Amino acid sequence: MHLYILRRLLYTIPIIIGVSLVCFSFIHLAPGDPINSVLPEQASAEVVAQIKAAYGFDKPLPIQYLKWFSNVLSGDFGLSIMTRRPVLSEVGPAVAHTALLAVSATLLSFLLGTSLGLVAGMTTRRVTDRSVTAFSVVGISLPHYWLGMVMVVIFAVKMRMLPATGMGPAGADLTQFGIEDIKHLLLPAVTLAMIPTGIIARSVRATVAEVRRQDFVQTLKGKGLRRPRMFLHVIKNAAPPAIAIMGLQFAQLLGGSILVETVFSWPGTGFLLNAAISTRDLPLLQGTVIVLATFFVLTNVLVDIVQTLIDPRVRRA
Amino acid sequence: MTEIAVLPATAHTPARRPPQRGYWRNVLKRFLRDRIGLVCLMVLLAIALAAIFAPLLAPADPYRTSMIRRLIAPGEKGYLLGTDELGRDMLSRLLYGGRVSLSMGIAPIVLSTMIGGGLGVIAGYFGRHINMMIMRVIDVFYAFPSVLLAVAMAGVLGSGILNSLISLTLVFIPPIARVAESVTTQVRNQDFVEAARATGAGSARIIIEHVLANVTGPILTYASSLVSVSIIISSGLSFLGLGASPPTADWGLMLNTLRQAVYVAPVNAVLPGVMIFLTSVSFNLVSDSLRTAMDVRA
Amino acid sequence: MNMVDARDRGGPRQPLLTVEGLRKYFPLRNALGTVSAHVQAVDDISFTVAKGETLGVVGESGCGKSTTARLLMHLIERDAGSLLLDGDPVGSGGVSVRDLRRQVQMVFQDSYASLNPRHTAVAEIAFGLRVIGHRRAEAEAQARQTLRLVGLDPDQFAGRYPHEMSGGQRQRVNIARGLALNPRLLILDEAVSALDKSVQAQVLNLIEELKQRLNLTYLFISHDLNVVHYVSDRVLVMYLGKIVEIGPVDEIWRNAAHPYTRALFSSRLSMNPADRVVAPPLTGDPPSPVNPPSGCRFRTRCALAEPICAAVEPSLLAAGADAAHAAACHAVQAGSGHSLAGGMTHAA
Ligand SMILES: Nc1ncnc2c1ncn2[C@@H]1O[C@H](COP(=O)(O)OP(=O)(O)OP(=O)(O)O)[C@@H](O)[C@H]1O
Ligand SMILES: [Mg+2]
Repeated sequence: MHLYILRRLLYTIPIIIGVSLVCFSFIHLAPGDPINSVLPEQASAEVVAQIKAAYGFDKPLPIQYLKWFSNVLSGDFGLSIMTRRPVLSEVGPAVAHTALLAVSATLLSFLLGTSLGLVAGMTTRRVTDRSVTAFSVVGISLPHYWLGMVMVVIFAVKMRMLPATGMGPAGADLTQFGIEDIKHLLLPAVTLAMIPTGIIARSVRATVAEVRRQDFVQTLKGKGLRRPRMFLHVIKNAAPPAIAIMGLQFAQLLGGSILVETVFSWPGTGFLLNAAISTRDLPLLQGTVIVLATFFVLTNVLVDIVQTLIDPRVRRA
Repeated sequence: MTEIAVLPATAHTPARRPPQRGYWRNVLKRFLRDRIGLVCLMVLLAIALAAIFAPLLAPADPYRTSMIRRLIAPGEKGYLLGTDELGRDMLSRLLYGGRVSLSMGIAPIVLSTMIGGGLGVIAGYFGRHINMMIMRVIDVFYAFPSVLLAVAMAGVLGSGILNSLISLTLVFIPPIARVAESVTTQVRNQDFVEAARATGAGSARIIIEHVLANVTGPILTYASSLVSVSIIISSGLSFLGLGASPPTADWGLMLNTLRQAVYVAPVNAVLPGVMIFLTSVSFNLVSDSLRTAMDVRA
Repeated sequence: MNMVDARDRGGPRQPLLTVEGLRKYFPLRNALGTVSAHVQAVDDISFTVAKGETLGVVGESGCGKSTTARLLMHLIERDAGSLLLDGDPVGSGGVSVRDLRRQVQMVFQDSYASLNPRHTAVAEIAFGLRVIGHRRAEAEAQARQTLRLVGLDPDQFAGRYPHEMSGGQRQRVNIARGLALNPRLLILDEAVSALDKSVQAQVLNLIEELKQRLNLTYLFISHDLNVVHYVSDRVLVMYLGKIVEIGPVDEIWRNAAHPYTRALFSSRLSMNPADRVVAPPLTGDPPSPVNPPSGCRFRTRCALAEPICAAVEPSLLAAGADAAHAAACHAVQAGSGHSLAGGMTHAA
């Protein structure tokens, strides 16, 4: 078991190297001369020479990669073309903003998803069960960026209850968090929570129904559990998969909030990525992607390990 | 010992059923009994037909702009679904939009099912080093959140339908390859594959005649469950301006250009999303019914 | 009744199959993916199969019977040893794997799992024929003939899928598939073990009849001693990857030399009390094939075990009056150093 965890941890190393290779290749995949994709417009000859030397474009590809990757490992992602500031100092705050959004959305979806799933699984009324199932299908199938627009229309345009876009004054600083910040957070977080809520509700409903089926059999044998005991039993069985899904969904949201961030002009990584793409700022794009992908990989490993610890039977390859 | 005559086996166990109809016909029968799946399939067919016959159905030219007829509310002045920010007829654009949006949702899945499914089957069948080589690369691409990979790739390659198709295909290859690899590994270790090898058949023949028959079902069901996600992400790319370019009629792109109009004409602005949602929900439910229909052994 | 097979090369005296020093160790991997140990599934076994005979193979579950069969079919690579098919070496330079599989076929242990759930009976049987170059229509016509040969009416069974047949019918299809390629040697791995007693008798009769009709040689693997006695000419007894005893069936039934063989018999329910050999029945599970006991592998469960058994591995030597009868046990080998064996250094 410890060996399994060790192996899982060790396996992240080649994966992250692979991820870095993919990110490295971005410069060469982009149309045009790779130099142009890392050069600001109207660069002087001096700057051109400097950047050529820095990226080693005259060297063979493997050398270029090694150079770039060793820089990345020491935290040097190069300079953003757009702002001429180090990429890392752009990505850092953006990641914090995205994380705030993703954490809120994940917690929200966990609360909502488990309650819906429990209600659907425990009820004997078909209507309730059906509605929750329908709700989760809708949640999974909604284009969330569109849902964001609809929310803006309803809560910001029509009802004027909440701000349409932007982040509160406190940013990601939780110590300064006030009512205004929560108001700004609400719409994007709810929007982002929609998909994971559907997924969690589905899984919890299935687990609960399964446990109840077993309990039903036991009742027939005359040794059924009492209701409160049964509820505990259900929770105990439904929790591990729900927690695992929550972790995996959190990981997806970290990298998947781009569209929602665009709708709400939330100053996170998605916003940054969008800006990087529209200004063809490849160093910024590379930096953002590699940081997000690393978080994604690490979160997945963490979920895997926690899951093995909770339930050693579940071992995903 | 030859005096014992060979008894016909039928003497012991009488035939239970007439010669059978085959697995897929059973699946079809079960699918047709599922009302929700059937309704959704109809919806999808209607959307697809509307897109195909858009030139016949559309009341107006989807590209003709009119400065004086901008953002007319649905139902007014003879526009059933109103007009967009350039005065183009919304209904016509939604009908035409289905062409790009539907193909851009389905094509990446078709491509990645062929590529990812092929890679997964090869990895699963041959195992060992071949499996290692293929699946490690797949794992790397699996290490990106799907939306991030799609956006980053499309962003790097530049906007356009082809680049968006490439990016989306890349996004869906890893999950499909993983499923294909795992079902193939299961099938590959079953005795009938070994029995086929015992006849002296080569790998290609065994894969085509013995393995594929048993893995295409699960791979296709899984792939069908991804179409809904593909529609959402591909429209999302257009929404970010990375997919179809103006003035193409495309649901995601329409959502993008109408975004500024959300304060003035909210209903118009939201309409293209309804189409995306309708399509994605239908695909989801059809794929669910398909899975249920295929679940039980015929 | 026996016609001369055109493929016969060495005449009736030459064994159809000669196995020398066959070995297969399966690597075991730990959680880190490195090989940490080996399952010694088949360890250095040698035997021959004569033309036209039925060689029975018996032994407890996990002793390596199926692994031996798969090695003979070249379905898994052997780690060591050689195979001679009618005098010709199998592998580099000699008989190709392709030829081997046309002359040796196998009926697999699990009749359900070894049929493709998506193929009809006729498609399954025709597959092998198409592999060797027949057109589909031709192959299917021949497959229908083979179905008839195994007692299944083609009109009724050709189009059936595995789940639409009973166990006995499925096993007939399996046999038909093996026979379709017209092999000389048919390996039957627990061909009747999963069947009801009455169906078992039918299939056994079929197997017997086909052998005569098609001039076949059988390697018949089973853990059911009564069945083996019924079909076999000679019997080979395996224990933990080794051959412990081999000889003519009646000789082994009357004068089993190895304590393991005797224990096997005593745990059997025999119809005939005179058949019963007095020996302590087997208790417990066999030791792990990953770390088999030193010397004689059976010593940990053997009532006759002495220090010599742990020190020296017994070799398979002639036992008893019949020259074809051999056993690997110190207790019956004169000069071995075992207290029950004679002191003479020259064996009979
Ligand atoms: N592919 C494999 N990898 C690792 N170990 C294996 C493999 N195949 C078989 N073994 C092991 O080799 C040993 C012999 O297996 P084998 O299937 O030959 O036994 P058997 O005598 O046919 O048993 P049974 O009567 O149950 O069919 C067993 O310990 C088994 O676990
Ligand atoms: Mg076996």
